[in-house]
Amino acid sequence: MQSVRVPAKYEYLAQISKFVGKAADDANLDDAAIYAVQLAVDEACSNIMEHAYLGKGQGEIICSYEILEDGLKIILSDMGKPLNPEDVPVFDLSATLEELNRGGAGIYLMHQLMDQVHYETDPQLGNKLELVKRKERQ
Amino acid sequence: MEITTTEHKRCIVVKAVGRVDSYTAPELEEVFKGLNDQGGYKLVFDMTDVDFMSSKGWWVLIETQKVCKRYNRGELVLANVLDRIRESLDLVGMSTYFQIFDDVTAAVGSF
Repeated sequence: MQSVRVPAKYEYLAQISKFVGKAADDANLDDAAIYAVQLAVDEACSNIMEHAYLGKGQGEIICSYEILEDGLKIILSDMGKPLNPEDVPVFDLSATLEELNRGGAGIYLMHQLMDQVHYETDPQLGNKLELVKRKERQ
Repeated sequence: MEITTTEHKRCIVVKAVGRVDSYTAPELEEVFKGLNDQGGYKLVFDMTDVDFMSSKGWWVLIETQKVCKRYNRGELVLANVLDRIRESLDLVGMSTYFQIFDDVTAAVGSF
């Protein structure tokens, strides 16, 4: 398993994106799936920086990956505030332009882009988000 | 992020180069807000050289669209959006809020 550890600051998003892009390429995902992984990871990391670390630019994110037989697993770990799923607003796809509200869009997008999204939190070990993207069946 | 604006007779074209994410989206927001503050509500966003766009970037466009469309004074239209970016926009249903043109000339011509 390979990993990269970066400060939880927005300027490191491009570096994480490059790292997971290469991982997805090594896992032989197609171009659309590579972009999906990069976008899902970007949304997840932005949420960690903004909500888990409260946008203070402190703390770190560890991004690891594992190449699976049929795809790629990305693991994001942080020691920030745990996510309470009940606090995440449900993203409303049918809203009019004026009603449209940004809450929950990142998480909604993550679920749409990836085949598996699993989150767990532990008082000692911190938060862990696993994202799995599987190869398109030929 | 490199952002340029070009004034045309009936609209203003904003062109960005590179990634639009949580780090760079505020720069884009500032440019659009500045144009709105000066009465620019007919806008084209040239996405030819935007190779990545997260939801943070979309919210900048959505908020700009809200301001432009208010009182029917204008609109923000998009030009030359990469397929993969457009697909992600479709996933969250946001493409319905924008007219998307294949090239900048057509987008400018729509005003």
